[in-house]
Amino acid sequence: MESASRDIGTALAEQLPPLSPNAAAVEADRCLYCYDAPCTHACPTHIDIPRFIKKIATHNLRGSAETILASNLLGATCARVCPVQELCEGACVLGADHKPISIGRLQRYAMDYARDHKSYPTVKAAPTGKSVAVIGAGPAGLSCAGELARQGHSVTIFEKRDLPGGLSTYGIIALREPVEVALAETRMIQSLGVEIKTGIEFGKDISLATLQKQFGAVVLSVGLGRTPALGIEGEEAILDGLEFIEASKTGGTAMNIGRDVIVIGAGNTAIDCATIAKRLGAVVVTMVYRRTDREMTSYAHEYHFACKEGIEFRFLSQPSRVVVDGGRPVGLECLRVDLGAPDASGRPAPIPIQGSEFVLPADQIIKAIGQQKPALAALLGLDTKKGFIAVDPCFQTSLAGVYAIGDCIRSSGAASTVMGVEDGKLAAAAIHQQLMQTAEVS
Amino acid sequence: MADLRINFAGIKSPNPFWLASAPPTNSGAQIHKAFEAGWGGAVWKTIGAPVLNVSNRYGAWHYGRQRMLAINNVELISDRPLEINLREIAEVKRAWPDRAVVVSAMVESKPEAWHTIVKQIEDTGADGIELNYGCPHGMSERGMGAAVGQVPEYCEQITRWAMEAATIPVIMKLTPNITNVVLPARAGVAAGANALSLINTINSIVGVDLDTLELTPSIGGKGGHGGYAGPAVKPIALNMLSALGTDEIVSKSGLPISGMGGIATWQDAAQFLLLGASSLQVCTAVMHYGYRIIEDLCDGLSNWMDEKGFKTIDEVVGRSLHRVSDFKNFDLSFRAVARIDQSKCIKCDLCYVACNDTAHQCIDLVSPDGKLVSPRAYDVRSNGKHDAVETRPQPVVREEDCVGCRLCYNVCPVDQCIEMVELPSGRDTVTWSELSQQQTQVTEDWETMKAYREKVGIHIH
Repeated sequence: MESASRDIGTALAEQLPPLSPNAAAVEADRCLYCYDAPCTHACPTHIDIPRFIKKIATHNLRGSAETILASNLLGATCARVCPVQELCEGACVLGADHKPISIGRLQRYAMDYARDHKSYPTVKAAPTGKSVAVIGAGPAGLSCAGELARQGHSVTIFEKRDLPGGLSTYGIIALREPVEVALAETRMIQSLGVEIKTGIEFGKDISLATLQKQFGAVVLSVGLGRTPALGIEGEEAILDGLEFIEASKTGGTAMNIGRDVIVIGAGNTAIDCATIAKRLGAVVVTMVYRRTDREMTSYAHEYHFACKEGIEFRFLSQPSRVVVDGGRPVGLECLRVDLGAPDASGRPAPIPIQGSEFVLPADQIIKAIGQQKPALAALLGLDTKKGFIAVDPCFQTSLAGVYAIGDCIRSSGAASTVMGVEDGKLAAAAIHQQLMQTAEVS
Repeated sequence: MADLRINFAGIKSPNPFWLASAPPTNSGAQIHKAFEAGWGGAVWKTIGAPVLNVSNRYGAWHYGRQRMLAINNVELISDRPLEINLREIAEVKRAWPDRAVVVSAMVESKPEAWHTIVKQIEDTGADGIELNYGCPHGMSERGMGAAVGQVPEYCEQITRWAMEAATIPVIMKLTPNITNVVLPARAGVAAGANALSLINTINSIVGVDLDTLELTPSIGGKGGHGGYAGPAVKPIALNMLSALGTDEIVSKSGLPISGMGGIATWQDAAQFLLLGASSLQVCTAVMHYGYRIIEDLCDGLSNWMDEKGFKTIDEVVGRSLHRVSDFKNFDLSFRAVARIDQSKCIKCDLCYVACNDTAHQCIDLVSPDGKLVSPRAYDVRSNGKHDAVETRPQPVVREEDCVGCRLCYNVCPVDQCIEMVELPSGRDTVTWSELSQQQTQVTEDWETMKAYREKVGIHIH
């Protein structure tokens, strides 16, 4: 395996440059200022988009940032990682026969201003004397913690990793969200009074019982588990996709990249892995997927991006064995696949064709085939739904006073940053109500 | 191809477009270039009394992305020596015999000063003289420009002095900074002017710098009113133009009117012609884009005339003047309602908010399954483009309640999406004028008015 010579910082520098003041003004002026705008409806956090855009147009950037952060404390991350084509921009009324407003980039423009001028929200509520523990400093946990802090509650986040930010810090390709953006956003949440304790693993370093004694409510924002096993021979030679992305973000300035890289899977994380490999020097990067481009779970715009990056695709191929030589992979054996009747996922079931084995050369293989369901549910004896933590409409789990948000409850719908942020916001409102009710009673 | 030639009070030009007396006509070199580009004529930047100019003399009004919706200036008349201007005027006229070369003049309010300048201009071979009674800044402080234009008696007196000396056509230019523009126009008629022109620039302050709190533009820390011109003033100019066209004394005099004030496109030009202008002057649009805009001014106007079957400019001039009337003569029984073409509607709901907040509350939001809904009726957990687009309600006009105010039509960002549809009102035609003569009580007493409305079926919610 070659060691890539390319500098990660350069190869994976943020893809889109910030809008220039003039470009932002031109784009902001193009917004029609719709009433009860569909972009706002489409945004899971319902940011008042026309309002923040008009504030950019009038050079009221402080007000613009406030508008965004009023609905979404993670506006800086969302501006970069949201699938805007499926959300706000996809609903823009100018999209039908023209070009939708670049809402994501305008939001980033306002958020960059807030970061550069420390124009951040402040806590106006009086301290309530109530405290909440949040497990996990990913987007959902940060959102929930920040919203609770804004209500005057004392909030502590426990994070097992060294850095806060969750997938924003570790799991999103740097060209879409640099680490520094996620960390600056975390500092903003801390500036609201939220305490973040890193390097503390829930269930190991601290128990639920302890937290329940010390805090008025506990919020689980633990995300999902590791990449599941493929169950094929030689799997130990396959790299984990999330770890691969993590190495590219927090692992220093260089990493080992193969010449012929295979990525198993066809979701957004798989595309991030393939992009990293390609950008860092792999000659051929092939994504192997058992279904076709019609069924792949990545967003259409991500697929097009991958094609433009020169990433190749082998559809209708199911990995069956890693060909290993001297402990190192030299190829991936696959079976050809037919598509059958729809399976439980609603997509055609892949049916491997026996005896159709073929080998794709590969000196580095990465799997990105989703994440395991949260193991925590079983450990804590929580009710589950399709393996995810089950919650009521107030995000409360089957244990009173224990709430769950983010990917770990996403039994339906797309697991995305912005959905987690909205969970955090809605859960914070419910927890606030609950805590204050308790206060009145006692 | 329509014939664009004009003969304006004896001044001929190959098309009706003249550069107005302003910075674009400051020098012979500029006007040569303008004529090469195709301009039919030029009114030389005002010559006359000696002046000194200042920096930061042009301000502008921008709106959204549109730069220079209007310009504002405190530039004075020509600051070039008189003899240089006179020599260059003569050179330009010699080089361009087929173009209209008109010279704007402004001197002290003394008969000998006007006699002298008129003779000096005539000696250049120029085709006409424009009397500048409009300059609202600087010159007016010295008793010239608008200081003259705002007093009909002064206009008449000075025009008489000019006419005593002039043998070429004299155009009297009017200031809009006056309550009734008809009065100075009538003074021009009385003094025997050969033509009128309007409008000069409007008094204006462009704004205040929010960092320094100085006026914009700041002239060494100070600022003041300057002359306002450009697309934003066009409706004001059209109103004043039609006020002259519909005034009995002015219209009977037959004096041709050179129209200006915000002409930027051939459509603007056609509208000035239709309301009675028979030559057209342009400044701000040229200061924004250069002399080259003459090409589409002529081309577009000619194509429109061909389409409409107008062969000459004369056939167009004043053609819409008979439509100009007063409120008292409007048909109170005329009824139009707004109708939204759902196939074109992009559901921005700007019509909805405009109607419901500020007009007459007759646009509803109707959900895809036909129910009346409120704005933001969606569940907080609903999101994504499909939810947003597929459940988005459609604005629909409740025609029985629509008063036809036309606000929605004006705010709609989609061409031809909202149409004002004429509907029979079921009432006999009647004007306020007729009503006040025939049923005086109705127009003077609310109770009688109520009974009248009841009788004829006018319901105001």
